[in-house]
Order: sequence, then C-alpha cells, then structure tokens
Amino acid sequence: MILDYILNAIAIGMTFLYGSTGEIITEKAGHLNLGIPGVMCVGAAGGCAALHYMIVGGITNGFLLVLVGILASFIAAFLMGMLFSFLAVTLHANQNVTGLAMTTFGVGLMKYIMFGLKEGNSIPYLKALSAFRFPFADQTNGLKYCGVMVFLALIIALLSSFVLFKTKVGLHLRAVGENPATADAAGINVTLYKYLATSIGCGISGLGGLCYIMDYAGSRESYLSIEALGWLAVALVIFALWRPHLSIVGSVIFGALFIAGQFIPTLVPLKFLQTMTAAPLLKMLPYVVTIIVLTVTSIRDKKENHPPQGLGLNYYREER
Amino acid sequence: MANVKKHEPLFHIVKRDRMPIWQSLIIRLAAIVLGLLFCGLLCNIILDVKPMELYKTLYDGVFGTERRIWKMAKDLAVLLCISLAVTPAFKMKFWNIGAEGQVLMSCLAAVACTIYFGGKMPNWVLLICMAAASILAGMIWAVIPAIFKAKWDTNETLFTLMMNYVATQLVAYFLIVWVPSGSSSLGEQAFGHMPIVYHRYFILVAVVAVLTIFMYIYLNYFKQGYEISVVGESQKTACYIGINVKTVIIRTLIVSGALCGIAGFLIVSALDHSVTTDAVGGRGFTAIMVSWLAKFNPLIMVATSFLIVFLQQGVYEFANDYGISTAFQNIIVGIILFFVIGCEFFINYKIMFTRKEVAKK
Repeated sequence: MILDYILNAIAIGMTFLYGSTGEIITEKAGHLNLGIPGVMCVGAAGGCAALHYMIVGGITNGFLLVLVGILASFIAAFLMGMLFSFLAVTLHANQNVTGLAMTTFGVGLMKYIMFGLKEGNSIPYLKALSAFRFPFADQTNGLKYCGVMVFLALIIALLSSFVLFKTKVGLHLRAVGENPATADAAGINVTLYKYLATSIGCGISGLGGLCYIMDYAGSRESYLSIEALGWLAVALVIFALWRPHLSIVGSVIFGALFIAGQFIPTLVPLKFLQTMTAAPLLKMLPYVVTIIVLTVTSIRDKKENHPPQGLGLNYYREER
Repeated sequence: MANVKKHEPLFHIVKRDRMPIWQSLIIRLAAIVLGLLFCGLLCNIILDVKPMELYKTLYDGVFGTERRIWKMAKDLAVLLCISLAVTPAFKMKFWNIGAEGQVLMSCLAAVACTIYFGGKMPNWVLLICMAAASILAGMIWAVIPAIFKAKWDTNETLFTLMMNYVATQLVAYFLIVWVPSGSSSLGEQAFGHMPIVYHRYFILVAVVAVLTIFMYIYLNYFKQGYEISVVGESQKTACYIGINVKTVIIRTLIVSGALCGIAGFLIVSALDHSVTTDAVGGRGFTAIMVSWLAKFNPLIMVATSFLIVFLQQGVYEFANDYGISTAFQNIIVGIILFFVIGCEFFINYKIMFTRKEVAKK
C-alpha cells in the first residue's frame, strides 16, 4: 500500500516536474510566465488532438503514437511560448498580464478542443493509453502509471539542470535573467536567448499536460484538472529554488501531498484522518508548504536561493 | 570604401513621451476592432459562421432582452468591484494575484454569519455583521502577504497565488462541516438577503457605482493615493521624501483586502446566498487584466470590465446557439486581450525607420 502510494506520487509528480522544469528555464531567462497553466492545457490538447487523428486514421503502432503525441504536444506549447515571447520581448508587454491572458486563452482552447475529440461515445485518444504506459501497462498497482513520459520527465529535468549550471549556454541564459543589460554588453544576444528559453520552457511544460492525461489520469474528464496542476507547478519552482534537479524531489513531495487525501487515511491509523473533513485539510498541504518555503527562503536571504534578479522585468536596451 | 557594407537596422524603437489620451484611446479601440475582426475571421474558418452573424449574436446576447441587460449589469458590477479592489495594490506595483482567494474568504465569512446568526437577529443587523465579517476576512487574507513583503521582501505574486488555494480548500473544509450529508453543496441560505429595491440587482450596481467614484477620488485626490503612486513609481524616491514604504504597503493591502471583502459580501448577500469553492469563478484573475488595461483608472475600468463581460456573455450565447463548448468565450476573450496587450507597445514606443541616405543623394 505504501509502495502504491509512492508510485502514484511519482507518477502525478511528473506532471508538476514538466511544468516546473519548463517554468524554471523560462524564469532563468527573466520571464515570470503565469501562463504555465494555460500552456500545459494547450500541450495536452495538442497531444491529444494528434493522437485522436492518428487513431481515427487507423495508426496503431505504439511507438509512433507516443512519439508523434509528444512532439505535437511540445510544438503546440512551444507556439504558446513564442506568443508569450513576442508579446513580452518584442512588444515589451507586462508579463503578469500577458501570462494571465495566456492562461485564459489556453484553458479555453483546451476545453474547446477536447470537447470535440470524440467519436460517438468513445474517446479515441484514450486507446493510446497502453502505449504511453509502456512498459508497465499490464500492472494493476501504481506501477502502471509509471510509463514512458515519467522517465522522459526525469531525463529532461536532469538534462536541463546540466545545461543550466554546467554549460556555457546555461551561463549565458542565467546572465540574461539576472541582468540583461550586462549580458547584452557582454555580447550575448538577449532577445534570442529570451525567445528560445521561453519557448522551449513552455514546450516542456506543455508535455506535463499530456503526461497527466495519458500516463496518470487516463479518463475522459481528466483534462478539467490540468489548470490547477499548472498553478502548483508554478509554485514548485520556488520550492525547488530554481533548480530542476531539486524539482524532482519537490515534484514527488508535491505529488504525494496532492493525493494525500486518497491514501493517508488508509495508511495512518489516526481517528481524525478517517473523517471526511480531513481531506480538504490534507489537500491544503502543498500550498501551505510552498508558502513556508517561500517565506523561509526570503527570511534567510541567501543569495543563491533568490529568484533571478531580472525576473518579471522587461529589457529595453535604450533604458537606463 | 564604397564596397564596405554598413549594417544598418531597418528601424529602431524609441520610447514616447506621454501620448495624448485621445490618441491612446484610438489605438486601443483600433486594437479591439482588429481583435474582433480576427475573431470573426476565425469563426468563419473553423465554424463556417459569417462574421456578421457572430457580431449580431454577441450584441443580441448582451442587449437582446431586459433580462440579459440586467445580467450584464450584475456581472459588470461584480467584476468591476473586484477590479477596484486589486487596483491600489497594483498601482503600488504590488502584484497581488490573490483577489480570488480574498473574495472567496469573505464569501465564506459572510455565509458563516448567515449560518451561525441567521434568524437570531434582525436582518439589517445580520447584514452589518456579514459586511463586517467579510471585510475583516478579506483584509486578513490580503495583509498576510503584505506583512511578509514589507518585512522580508517575500515574493508577493507567488504568496498571494498560494493563498488562493488555501482559501479554496478552507471553503471545501467548511462545506463538509456545514453539510453533514456529504454532498458538499450548501443550498441557498434563508437569511441575510439584501433588500430588493427597484430590481434584484439594483443595490449591487448602485454600491459598486459609489465605490468606483470613491476609489477614483481616493487614488487621485487623497494623500494616501498619492503615496501609493510614489511608492509604485520608485521606492527610493518614496524613502527620500519621507514616506514609510512598509506602512504604505501594509495599509494599501488593507484597503485592497477590504474592497475584496465588500465584493465577497455583495456576492453572498445580493446574488448567491451561498458559497461554493468556485464562487469567484476566476474573476479574481480577470480583474487583474481589467485593472491593468484601464491603466489603474477606476473610471476607465468601467469600460474595460464592460468589454470583458460583453465578450464573455455574448460569446456564451453564441456558443449555446451553435452548440459548441462554452469555453469558446475564453478563447475569444484571450484573443482580444492579446490584441489589447500588444497595442500597448504602440502607445509607449514609436518605430523610427532608418532614413535611406543613399536614396536622397
């Protein structure tokens, strides 16, 4: 039972991991993208739409389904990132407002698309579930949720940590996020870095939406909860102190807290936890923990735990 | 020498001085019109609906019947009230995206009053209790992040965002406590209804109208309003002229939270008479855009919140007429917002084309 809980936590945690890894890359470029929930929705919609048309078109090759689904999801979310970059970098629009507008748009777009993805009473894209849950699709316990995209999430997170902190590209990117004027003076192409980092970050976040539907939830109405998961992913960025590898741990903890309502009452023999009223209080935990982490890091005031200095500010070369 | 190609950019952008208001309004209107044209085109392509058909349905959906007009006025009033609430904080560059939670907490407080005091006191006393409880709840929810921001510079955007979800779960908790059957849906409360004058929504609209004028005066003619804009422009300047930035931050968030409280009180006493986890329905976030689009001017906010409500309600009717998902309204609102957000660029900057020297010679 405990093992089942942990496996479930890992599986749902990967949704957060995609979201937060993407958002960390975006924030390292100095963009506070509040559109992540919307981007994850669009990612989910893009992937599911691709799967829908492939399955309706008669493609049953699991490998192809997974590959194209992931690519479509990435591209759809990548385009959202381009839109954000265009508004925030080229048109110097306010990032908070742009992000919120993207969330409005993205959630609407996803609901609109997913509403139409059906054939009579069946949902074709769910037929790809077994392909996505490879290699554990036949398991009956929590292991079945640990499919392809779970491993992909871990790889992407570790890879982004490596790129961010160990390579020259990462150094440049961090410079852009900390102080774009200095980076510009050092000959770094600020606009290019901001565009690419934001779009790739969004692309990665978008996979989170697909991961949730195809790996974890696997049901018809599951897309309705992606928005809430997206906000948690944004919170996870702070929890992970802007480090993708720490985010792996954080995402599993968040995942565990998120589904604590289902598992804790059966695992811990406390009378209070058996009552109905405990569930919302348990669900509150990830948010409360994030608030505590946020305040503790700001009180301790260590430099390496700070958000990028240029976060949320637009860079205009001619401004002093 | 003549062969050396000098790379010259085709144009560069220059920051404008302040643009006359009428000019900036024309640019914004043009952006909205362009956005609407784009939406019309989009509907034509994906739904095969003539653009004119869309605009007509939009108009009918909002102004078609008297009932719809009142519905629009109601939604407008609630959205405007929340927008007013977030404005003082934003003017101070305090990114409070927790209006959702603040309003929800005040709804919860108001409903708690009706449950515990309903029937035990006259209606008007109960209403005053509800208002006081709501305002207090909104203030508390807003002032907690403000204290941390003022003391330790904790990131307020993320703090307030998290507070939203804590509020949601608190509401879920109390719904379970109050509804023993476990269905978690609290029916309409019998007590604490706002008296009906002229029309069901009239008092709501009137209160918000008064609040709008009050906020306009507060922000533009009060000393406190002035202090808010100085802190927003530059904290260093504020320190220099002897403004206590910490006090201003906390005080402003108290005002902001109190207004959220009023919004919550109005939602419960005049509209819902109940509370759900979705009672605010994302309007806390929409309000941020409304306030920002109006450049924090309460009077212009009437127009911007009208724009949003018009689109939401109009597209909702459109979606119902054509049998598509009502989420379509968010797509349309999103597109229009992108256009309006994008057009700010042309208000703040101008594009200077590099003159072709060679061509002149």
